[in-house]
Amino acid sequence: MLTVKNLHASIDGVEILKGIDFEVKPGEVHAIMGPNGSGKSTFAQVLAGNEAYEVDESVSEVTFLGQNLLELSPEDRARMGMFLAFQYPVEIPGITNAYFLRASLNEIRKFRGEDPLDPLEFQELLEEKMRLVQMDPVYAERFVNAGFSGGEKKRNEILQLAVLDPKLAILDETDSGLDIDALRIVAEGVNRLRSPERAFILVTHYQRLLNYIVPDYVHVLYKGRIVRSGGRDLALELESRGYDWIREEADVSA
Amino acid sequence: MSDPTRENSFPAGASRSDQSTRELEEIAAGGYRYGWTTDIETEIFPKGLNEDIIRELSRRKNEPEWMTAWRLKAYRAWQGMEEPRWAKVTYETPDFQDISYYAAPKKKPEKKSLDEVDPKLLETFEKLGIPLEEQKRLSGVAVDAVFDSVSVATTHREILGRMGIIFCPISEAIREHPDLVRKYLGSVVPQGDNFYAALNSAVFSDGSFVYIPPGVKCPMDLSTYFRINAAQTGQFERTLIIADEGAEVRYLEGCTAPMRDENQLHAAVVELVAHRNATIRYATVQNWYAGDEEGRGGIYNFVTKRGICLEENSRISWTQVETGSAITWKYPSCILKGDNSVGEFYSVALTKGCQQADTGTKMIHIGRNTSSTIISKTISAGRSDNSYRGLVRVLPKAENARNYTQCDSLLMGNRCGAHTFPYIDVRNPSARVEHEASTSKISEDQLFYCQTRGIRTEDAISLVVNGFCKEVFDHLPMEFAVEASRLLSVSLEGSVS
Ligand SMILES: Nc1ncnc2c1ncn2[C@@H]1O[C@H](COP(=O)(O)OP(=O)(O)OP(=O)(O)O)[C@@H](O)[C@H]1O
Ligand SMILES: [Mg+2]
Repeated sequence: MLTVKNLHASIDGVEILKGIDFEVKPGEVHAIMGPNGSGKSTFAQVLAGNEAYEVDESVSEVTFLGQNLLELSPEDRARMGMFLAFQYPVEIPGITNAYFLRASLNEIRKFRGEDPLDPLEFQELLEEKMRLVQMDPVYAERFVNAGFSGGEKKRNEILQLAVLDPKLAILDETDSGLDIDALRIVAEGVNRLRSPERAFILVTHYQRLLNYIVPDYVHVLYKGRIVRSGGRDLALELESRGYDWIREEADVSA
Repeated sequence: MSDPTRENSFPAGASRSDQSTRELEEIAAGGYRYGWTTDIETEIFPKGLNEDIIRELSRRKNEPEWMTAWRLKAYRAWQGMEEPRWAKVTYETPDFQDISYYAAPKKKPEKKSLDEVDPKLLETFEKLGIPLEEQKRLSGVAVDAVFDSVSVATTHREILGRMGIIFCPISEAIREHPDLVRKYLGSVVPQGDNFYAALNSAVFSDGSFVYIPPGVKCPMDLSTYFRINAAQTGQFERTLIIADEGAEVRYLEGCTAPMRDENQLHAAVVELVAHRNATIRYATVQNWYAGDEEGRGGIYNFVTKRGICLEENSRISWTQVETGSAITWKYPSCILKGDNSVGEFYSVALTKGCQQADTGTKMIHIGRNTSSTIISKTISAGRSDNSYRGLVRVLPKAENARNYTQCDSLLMGNRCGAHTFPYIDVRNPSARVEHEASTSKISEDQLFYCQTRGIRTEDAISLVVNGFCKEVFDHLPMEFAVEASRLLSVSLEGSVS
């Protein structure tokens, strides 16, 4: 589904990603962990197509569903089925959640050759998905993320995920800022959305999330490289040992 | 104390806040859909302005003596006046002797029946999306169509007539309802009010007249569509709307012009009079040609709009969506004379390319318990300059006056300007005046967020812009709101590359 080879990316002339190799197959759940500032959000943003980052296309290769991802606009990536839940979701005052999500879904449906949903049809779908993520229906008529608490914004991202039905969902620290109940709800939501066709990349700092959403692989990103990959045990090991041993190993081999 | 109704300038030296901006992206212009001309035989006066021209204009329109005298009085006042220079706009003063003050389709349309209107004119308005043939029309709107200097068709007159509502070209009202016209014309915007109002009073050619009798709620929206067609002419329309006791009316105004290299002058005057318990809602979607990318051509839109809430419990509401014109200079205002009267101003002004807009309102509180609301949304793109200028004046007898003002600016790119000039003049301590202002930018973050949801940048911009304007659009009738929203999207097309 997604193949990343030797991905180099920089921002404002500073290289942040220094050669990432990474592969995701349908149905898989990958967790990406790593210390603050190691480049996890950068990786997610680059995959989603944020043009603030410059990808070194002379060495980097990224394919998504058989296409050269680096040539696709962010909206086309989304329409093909990539979804990024932002670490810091953006506020759009004046646009209701329902209106925004319908506009978004209809773009994606158009791309898939499906008919757009009218407001009534959409309303039904939205209500169903709001129940799934246990979100109060009043949020449908609130402006997108405007004045939402940190946790509400995160839950709103999961609502979007549920509505848009992507093939590859990248969750950038969606668990941070959630209270215990919300964490469980979000995790249950994700688990329900797990399927043989859909893959997830979970960026997280906490092993706790991985108790709920059991990953197939865990990767450690450090200084712009994946320095270690393993099964879910790796997350447990990180939980007990911290990152120092990873740092030492990586800095020695560098 | 100066007479507040004769206000013709804003006080100087109030606070201002210029907003410098951060880089967004390169700005280009959206296309103008209405830029074509109608090839129709037109009678045009020779260029220039003098008393003979005014007399001839008045004679051509079969006006009574008093009207000719009224015009000449205005002309003489105008000659002694100076162009206002306090607005934040720069342009070359039009050469008033190089403009023709009257242009009319030659086959003079008799407006008794639409069958007699030149088919080319019907076609013109059809193309503008204003079909005049009554049977085809939306039943909810009666239309007066003004082409260059004359009104060419007014629809639905019969139904309205049965209720005692007068809706006709003002030139006709001058002949057929002289008592009403004499009583109210110039009662809100006097001939000598300001430079452009004086010019208009001298040379106005046509426009709409509305009278709603006591107790009548107008059963449909009334609408005027203004079209400038001829070159090197000015358009000086005059609108007068009177809502008698307990009457209610909603009036809609739209305007377009062909694309031309030269600047054309549009100097209109609109007067609204609301009697006891009456309500007038006036909505404008202004889309005159704005000029090209380099600022060549476009309409100079110098307009005086003012309403008076003459008696208790009356209400006047202005809603405007200003997207066109090279220069806009316009302050639809309310004089709140009657106790408990209410004035409202809801405005969206969008500028792009080299457009300049200086627009806002004045709320003059005279009566007790009067209240006013001002919601102004300005959107600036390209190299344009967009200013809100508003005055809230509370006179000594206006016990318990209330005003709420909210001015929001949205910037696109870093070469445009947004400015706010709120003047507040309170002379009664019981007044409560609130002012809120914000400046925001369409951020890269917002656009990227939308993109990751499958929404391309241009659609994202129109999404954000429409959200920004929602509070104003909510005050427009449905079809008008849809049109306004479409207009903003079209105007901003290509604004971010
Ligand atoms: N404009 C910039 N110029 C230089 N460095 C930048 C710029 N923007 C981000 N960075 C740096 O890029 C690095 C990677 O940031 P990123 O947000 O990807 O980290 P992260 O792994 O997601 O961290 P966290 O766990 O705290 O979310 C950080 O060191 C950050 O300071
Ligand atoms: Mg991060």
